[in-house]
Amino acid sequence: MPVKVHLDRVGMAFTTPAGTFRAVEPLDLEIPTGRFVSLVGPSGCGKSTLFNVIAGLLQPTEGRVLIDGEDATGTIGRVGYMLQKDLLLPWRTVLDNVILGMEIQGKPLKAARERALPLLQKYGLAGFEHLYPNSLSGGMRQRAALLRTLLFDTDVILLDEPFGALDAQTKLHMQEWLMQLWSDFKKTVVFVTHDVEEAIYLSDEIHVMGTRPGRILETIPITIPRPRARTTALTPEFIAVKERCLNLLTAAAPTMEAA
Amino acid sequence: MTVQDTPRIGLGDLDLARDASAEATAKPTPKPARRLPVQKDWPTWAIVATQFGILVVIIAAWEIASTTGLISAFFWSQPSAIWHTLIIFVTEGNAWVDIGFTFRSTIFGFLLGTTVGSLVGLSFWWSRNYAAIVQPYIICFESIPKLALAPLIILVFGLGLSSKVAIAFALTFVISTLTTFAGVKALDPDGERLFYSLGATRWQVFRKLVMPFCLPWIISVLRVNIGLALTGAIVGEFIASQHGLGRAILYAGQTYDIALVWVAVLVLSTLAVIMYATVSWIESVLRKGTRQ
Repeated sequence: MPVKVHLDRVGMAFTTPAGTFRAVEPLDLEIPTGRFVSLVGPSGCGKSTLFNVIAGLLQPTEGRVLIDGEDATGTIGRVGYMLQKDLLLPWRTVLDNVILGMEIQGKPLKAARERALPLLQKYGLAGFEHLYPNSLSGGMRQRAALLRTLLFDTDVILLDEPFGALDAQTKLHMQEWLMQLWSDFKKTVVFVTHDVEEAIYLSDEIHVMGTRPGRILETIPITIPRPRARTTALTPEFIAVKERCLNLLTAAAPTMEAA
Repeated sequence: MTVQDTPRIGLGDLDLARDASAEATAKPTPKPARRLPVQKDWPTWAIVATQFGILVVIIAAWEIASTTGLISAFFWSQPSAIWHTLIIFVTEGNAWVDIGFTFRSTIFGFLLGTTVGSLVGLSFWWSRNYAAIVQPYIICFESIPKLALAPLIILVFGLGLSSKVAIAFALTFVISTLTTFAGVKALDPDGERLFYSLGATRWQVFRKLVMPFCLPWIISVLRVNIGLALTGAIVGEFIASQHGLGRAILYAGQTYDIALVWVAVLVLSTLAVIMYATVSWIESVLRKGTRQ
């Protein structure tokens, strides 16, 4: 499969009075087209830094970002980026929030709304299109935020712990909903999470990360066939991957305490 | 414990002990039954009728007290005289010129101060360096009692409308700037990052994020500003003016026409209430648009 996003020796270092602080060790990461890839790691492992670098919001101190083989370091608007906070604008209706990306790209409002409306109805926001975000539940708000990211029409979308603030029940629904969306839209997804089980259930590939400096400890391909039922979490294969991930994460933890 | 129990305590140890054990097994001291205090709301007509009644009593007491000589009618005037003067003021004097003058200077000062102040506050979003440089000046200007500058403003802008507008502007400008800047500072940086990740230009971020985000702050300052603008206009007229309700009050006071003072104050209050109500209405309409 062709490579969609390539992090070429991307590293991040900050100069502090105490010396140079390495936030992210130079790392290579290739994300194939159309795959669902997760980054799992404790807080402070540089997941969000990497996302900001890919989105062009942060200039890496080393290396470059290639998207479709083209240098995209420090250029904005190349990938869809969804933060943990939904960041819906309270003065816009759900529909007008969702078309924000298209609006910024200069698409006529009428055409943008016409395109968004059926999608809102198809993906669980029917009846909410013309409401304001303050009347939506947490899960609904996340759906709207994710659709806004999708409708930005980039091949790559970055999801930074999108379900981190949701309750366990809603989270399960949202994971299944995301799977449906991903198989319909065929986007390349990079997903950041703390939740190992979530990462295994959703991904084709998991990069387990460690802290100080932020680095990739191991890359684990997930070969569990799709579509995956909830009960796959009980299969020996799933449990073996989970065990491997947890071992890596706990092994990485003491170094954090020592530092 | 009831009153009948108390004499028995003095009957000796045995009795006391029995009493204590009996009390432990028997019913505990009954707590007085308390209920939630309930306040009954009067119907609206009763509230309004009472308010109206109080007003009538005050006016009647004033009239009677001044007619019987309990208070000096010369210093305090009396309702009948005030009413009489009001009729003359409205029908024969140049009341409408005065009202129009005060109204215009207030509204112009209010609009100018609020608009320019808000724009300056918003402009701080564009450059942190510029904000850091200009901010101390704004805060200095805030700390000056602006009304103390009024005589200077009259000298510079003359006796006409423009000096009153300038004083009203000086009073409303800084508070608008500071309040709007508080909005700019409250902006979530993640919101900006979202816009930039979508490839937005700075102008797009300003128009689609910063401006609507700060609108509630600007709205919150409107009601304060209408009062300040009116104060500015009146003070300007006090110092030097050819028209206006402020000048009418000053003139009437200097000629011991106390009834006319009351009339002008009454008209001024009515004007203030009308403007305040209008701004409150505009505020509620705008607030509905921002969903806050």
